[in-house]
Amino acid sequence: MSSSPRTLFEKLWDSHTVREPAGEPALLYIDLHLVHEVTSPQAFEGLRVADRKVRRPDLTVATIDHNVPTTDRRLPITDPISAKQIETLRNNCQEFGVRLYDINSKEQGIVHVIGPELGLTQPGMTIVCGDSHTSTHGAFGALAFGIGTSEVEHVLATQCLPQRRPRTLEIKVCGSLPSGVTAKDLALGIIGRIGTDGATGHVIEYRGEAISSLSMEGRMTLCNMSIEAGARAAMVAPDETTLAYLKERPFAPREQLWDEAVAYWRTLKSDEGAWFDRTIEIEASELAPFVTWGTSPGMVAPVTGRVPDPADAETEADSRAARSALEYMNLAPGTRIEEINIDRVFIGSCTNGRIEDLRAAAQIIKGYRINSRVQAMVVPGSQAVKLEAEREGLDRLFLEAGFEWRESGCSMCLGMNPDILQSGERCASTSNRNFEGRQGKGGRTHLVSPAMAAAAAITGHFTDVRDWRFN
Amino acid sequence: MESFRIHKGLAAPLDRPNIDTDQIIPKQFLKRIERTGFGEFLFYDWRYKSDGELNAEFILNAPQYKGATVLIAGRNFGCGSSREHAPWALLDYGFRAIIAPTFADIFATNCLKNGIVPVALSERDVTTLLQRATEVSGYELTVDLEKCQVFDAQGFNASFEIGDFNRYCLLEGLDDIGLTLKHEAQIAAYEERRDAWRVRAV
Repeated sequence: MSSSPRTLFEKLWDSHTVREPAGEPALLYIDLHLVHEVTSPQAFEGLRVADRKVRRPDLTVATIDHNVPTTDRRLPITDPISAKQIETLRNNCQEFGVRLYDINSKEQGIVHVIGPELGLTQPGMTIVCGDSHTSTHGAFGALAFGIGTSEVEHVLATQCLPQRRPRTLEIKVCGSLPSGVTAKDLALGIIGRIGTDGATGHVIEYRGEAISSLSMEGRMTLCNMSIEAGARAAMVAPDETTLAYLKERPFAPREQLWDEAVAYWRTLKSDEGAWFDRTIEIEASELAPFVTWGTSPGMVAPVTGRVPDPADAETEADSRAARSALEYMNLAPGTRIEEINIDRVFIGSCTNGRIEDLRAAAQIIKGYRINSRVQAMVVPGSQAVKLEAEREGLDRLFLEAGFEWRESGCSMCLGMNPDILQSGERCASTSNRNFEGRQGKGGRTHLVSPAMAAAAAITGHFTDVRDWRFN
Repeated sequence: MESFRIHKGLAAPLDRPNIDTDQIIPKQFLKRIERTGFGEFLFYDWRYKSDGELNAEFILNAPQYKGATVLIAGRNFGCGSSREHAPWALLDYGFRAIIAPTFADIFATNCLKNGIVPVALSERDVTTLLQRATEVSGYELTVDLEKCQVFDAQGFNASFEIGDFNRYCLLEGLDDIGLTLKHEAQIAAYEERRDAWRVRAV
C-alpha cells in the first residue's frame, strides 16, 4: 500500500477492492445492501431464474417505503398493483431470508432515514441501494451510492459490484451558514452553481468549517441532494458529531468492538496534501434561503430574487430549457419569488423528513394558522421520527396550525402512493426533485428547506424566513 | 442480455438537456414487477395528453420517426432517479443506442446492463446529428461498437469511448454476475479479512 496522502474516498475504495485488475472495473465489496419494494422484484426474480441465492442476507435489509399510503395503516392498500409489489417484497424477503421492516413495524420508514437511525449506516462502509438518494449515507463517511435493478441483483448474488473508479471533487464550504440558511439551501446553492451535471462521474467530499458545524441531519440532507448535482456519491468525514449520533444505536458496535471501530473511524479523513481531481470553494456567508423556480434542481433563486429571464441563459439550449420550464411552471420572467403563491405544502422525504427538519418547521408555525388557500401535510421520514415528534408535541403544533399529520413514507416526494398534486397545483416542497410531473402530472414543485416550506404554508407565498416573527 | 455489435437504424431527435428518468418513465409505471412491457409507457407524459390522447406535437409521435431505434438527445440524459425501468422502457420501445453529449452515471450503467449503448459525442457533433435527424427524411445512423464509431450516409463519422470492459460485455452479451462469481475465491478471502465490528443485520 502506498504511503502517499490519500483522500477519504481513496481510503474507502482501497479497503473495499476485492480485486482491481488493470483495464477492468474494480470489484468492490459491499458492506450493506438496502432494499425496497420498487427496484427489487426483478432482481429477486433474476436470482430465481438463475437458481442463485442471496449471498449475504446478514448484510441485506429491506423496508417498504415508496408505495405505502400515509393514511391509516390498518386499512388495506386500495391500489392492487401497489399491494402486489409490496406483497412481492414480503415473499422475496421470506424466501431469501432477508430482514424486512414491514409497513406496521415500528422501524418502518424511508430507507435512507431508517438506515442511519438504526445505526446500520456507519463510517467506513460501502452501502448501496436501488435508489439514487443512497448518497445520503455518505454523511457518515461511508461510500454510498444508488444502483439500478441489475446491480441490485448483482449485489444480492455476489455481495460485490464491478465499479469504475470515479474522480474526486472537493467542495470546501468556508465560514458559517447565516441564520435561516440550512443544509438544504447549501445544497440548492451548490447545484445552482455547478449544475445538475456538475459532479457527474465524481465522488464529492464536503469539507470546511460550515460542514463540521452541520448536524448529522444537515449532512444527510446535503449528501442526499448531491445526486441532483450528478454526483456518484458524496461524503463527509466522520467526527465527534458522527460518533455522538451513532453511539448506542441498535446496530452500532458495542463495548470493545465500539472501541475498535472508533479507532478505525478516526483514521477516515483525507490526509494533509491528498489530491482531488477538482476543488470548488463556497463561502457560506454568501448563501440565502433558496427556492427553485423551474423543472430541474439547478434552476434556483434566492428567496429575495426574481424568476430569471430565459433570454439571459448562457446557451441556446439552456435558454430553451428555461423557457419550457417557465411555461410548465406557469411563471413569467422577472416575477419576484416572494410573490409566488402556493396551493400545497409537503414537508417530508429522505431529504428533509428527519426530526430536526420537523423541529425547524414546527418552530416557524408555532402560534400561526396556515393560509386558508393552502393544503399542507407533514410526512415523517420514519415511524421513529414520527414517535419522537409526537413525544415532543410537534404533531399538536402542526395539527393546530392546520397541517395534516401523516404516517411515514416517501409519499409526495414522488407520488407513487395516493399523495399527489393535482394538475396545475403549486407546491412548496422539502423534497429533492422538481421535475415535470414528479409530484403528480401537471403539478408544479418548488424545492425549499423545511423552514421555508412552513413559512410559505402560513403566508400562502414564499417568504424569507430570515425575517420571520417567531412566536 | 442481447449482444450489440453493429446497429443501423432510424434516428430520432429529442433536443432537450437534462431529460430525467421521471420523464422517460413516470412513477405510476414503476409498480409492475416484470422487466418487460414498459415501452408503451415511455415518455408517457410527453407522448399522451391528460385525456389519454396522443400528443401530436411530441416529436416521437411524428410519423417520420416511427420505428426509430437511435435516440439523439441533449446533455445529462437520464439524470435523476436510478430506476432501471427507464432503459427497460427505451429498449422495449425499440431504442438500441442513445446519443448525447453526456449521460447521468447510474442511467449509463443501467443501459450497459441491458444492451443499450450510451454514445457520448461532443456537443457540436450532437448538434449536427440533431439537425440532420430533423432535416433529412428517413435519417439513419450506424453505431459500430466493434470500431466504437458512429456514422451516417452523409459523411458524418465520429469515434466514441465506452471502456474496454463495457464494450466487451456488450459485444458478447455477457451476464456479468457470472463473471463476478468466477472470483469466488477472492470474494471469500476478502470476507475472511473483514473486521469483527462491521455491522450485520442479524
